[in-house]
Amino acid sequence: MSFESAAQNIVFGLFVGGIYGIAAVGLALAFGVMNVLNIAHGELLMIGGYISFWLFSLWGIDPFVSLIICIPAMFVIGWVLDRLVYRHVARLTGETKIKNSLLISFGMVLILQNLALRLFTADERTIQVSYGGAGFNVFGVSLPYTRLLSLLIALIAILALHFFLQRTDPGKAIRATAEDWEAAELSGISVQRVYMMTFALSAALAGVAGALVSVTASVTPSIGLDWTLKALIVVVLAGTGSISGAFPAGLLLGLVEALSGIFIDASYRELVGLVIFLLVLLLRPQGLFGSQGA
Amino acid sequence: MIPQAALMRPRAWRVPVMIAGVIALAALIPMLTDRQDTLNLLFLICLYITLGQSWNILVGFAGQISLGHAAFFGIGALVTRTLWLDGMFFPLAFLLSGLAAVAFAVLIGVPTFRLRGAYFAIGTLGIAEVLRITVSQNLPLISTMTTAEIAHYNLTLRYYVAVGLALATIGAAYLLLRSSWSLGILAVREDEEAAQATGVNVLGHKLLALFISSFFAGLAGGLFAFQQISYYPSAAFSPQWTFDTLLIAFVGGLGTIGGPVLGAIFFVFVRERLAVSLVQIHQMIFGVLFIIVVLTFPGGLIEAWRRVRNSRWLARRV
Repeated sequence: MSFESAAQNIVFGLFVGGIYGIAAVGLALAFGVMNVLNIAHGELLMIGGYISFWLFSLWGIDPFVSLIICIPAMFVIGWVLDRLVYRHVARLTGETKIKNSLLISFGMVLILQNLALRLFTADERTIQVSYGGAGFNVFGVSLPYTRLLSLLIALIAILALHFFLQRTDPGKAIRATAEDWEAAELSGISVQRVYMMTFALSAALAGVAGALVSVTASVTPSIGLDWTLKALIVVVLAGTGSISGAFPAGLLLGLVEALSGIFIDASYRELVGLVIFLLVLLLRPQGLFGSQGA
Repeated sequence: MIPQAALMRPRAWRVPVMIAGVIALAALIPMLTDRQDTLNLLFLICLYITLGQSWNILVGFAGQISLGHAAFFGIGALVTRTLWLDGMFFPLAFLLSGLAAVAFAVLIGVPTFRLRGAYFAIGTLGIAEVLRITVSQNLPLISTMTTAEIAHYNLTLRYYVAVGLALATIGAAYLLLRSSWSLGILAVREDEEAAQATGVNVLGHKLLALFISSFFAGLAGGLFAFQQISYYPSAAFSPQWTFDTLLIAFVGGLGTIGGPVLGAIFFVFVRERLAVSLVQIHQMIFGVLFIIVVLTFPGGLIEAWRRVRNSRWLARRV
């Protein structure tokens, strides 16, 4: 394999890794703050992808611009789902809560996936923007605008989330709840509202990831499980519950997949992530970047 | 479910008589009807009873939510299919499907049981996906029976094997519950720490449940391989098998003997009835039912049926 194509593979691995990262951050947020393991996160991503696709194909709104609509829409969907379904596991604690949240979100997988199948058919949808083929060319490595913009959007979303969690009052309330919800409740934070906001935020982040997927890859009603697995791999790599570690871990997964494509075989890309996931789960449950007791 | 309670209930003779009746009816059905679709429907019910009940042994009894059931099913299918089409005597190839699944369970059991609760669930899902991808990479071609086999294809035989397997699985679950092992297994489900503290061998009991569960899941795979004229080897590893099984066991009533049976009958009927007109609706119905069962009605259909029956019985008394 020539140097150019290897470099190209690595660059594209990082681009894909950025999307893994943004997909995983939402999952990590719900898991870290609420102890909700939302297996339907990939389905939320799929819905975000469809919102972005329909805005583009019906009204011709550029997918990067339509994020202004997609993000609030997904925020509202997340809010509604929390009110309808997820809030019912909120009063549980510990292991039972994680288990039950996994189960009810599996029910949501079935509902959302089949609803999408019914509404949008099984056709594969992709957004073909007019500047789709264009891009920079650096030393024979092509950097398409769509991929660069996707990475940029992902970075902006991560930084915005970081700023929100670190600097604003609602963000601090979320962090306080994540650390100790009983203490947070005692100091006057409405834990229920924090959970609502966290889940809505998690859905909004899934929406961002979905929009980026619809531009750089494609959307079908059945992509959910694959993306949930990718996000789970990244979350486990980062250390379960680590929100700040999710994005770098996503980039790492993208890079590792690209390297395995170069050194082993492209058909084993999918396996490498899963194998690392299992090894980390078994040997280092606190994650690669996690501290003890995470 | 609990035999002692059944004996104390008036007219307890009904249960064994009903079971004998069901077996006799199941044996007679192929003589009463020639319709292939009826036999196919009953075959599917038996296949799903086996899957649901075998999953129930691990999840309902031992409390370990596994999302890797498709791995055992797929291994069973692969082993039976390969050996049988190579000319091995079918009953032997069939038995080996269960044993191969147990062998795999031995391999993954100890490491995965280091994981607790939801981590065990996603870990087993990961393992099943690794197997599925590996198989689809290495065996991309569709597996079809030989023309000689197709010419002699006998659905009635397959139906009888399926009925036998479903009954064997139900029997195994029943015997397990009656055995002294069930005390340890149920203790692990209720509270692992407390069980450990009172001297229960937690890992041993989990492994026992896993081995029994995987044995029957493997046999179910072998049955599937015996019945399908052609299929992609990776199709038997699809996570859909796990998910359908999970729905059947939960909606039917987890942790009971009757639950997965009722769940499987309900599942196949709803799916086959609605598949004609509204393909996606049945999945949504199951999604909603499943959430309701998990959140508010953990007894499932079997509990609902019991309550209806009890209220009717009471009404007659009053």
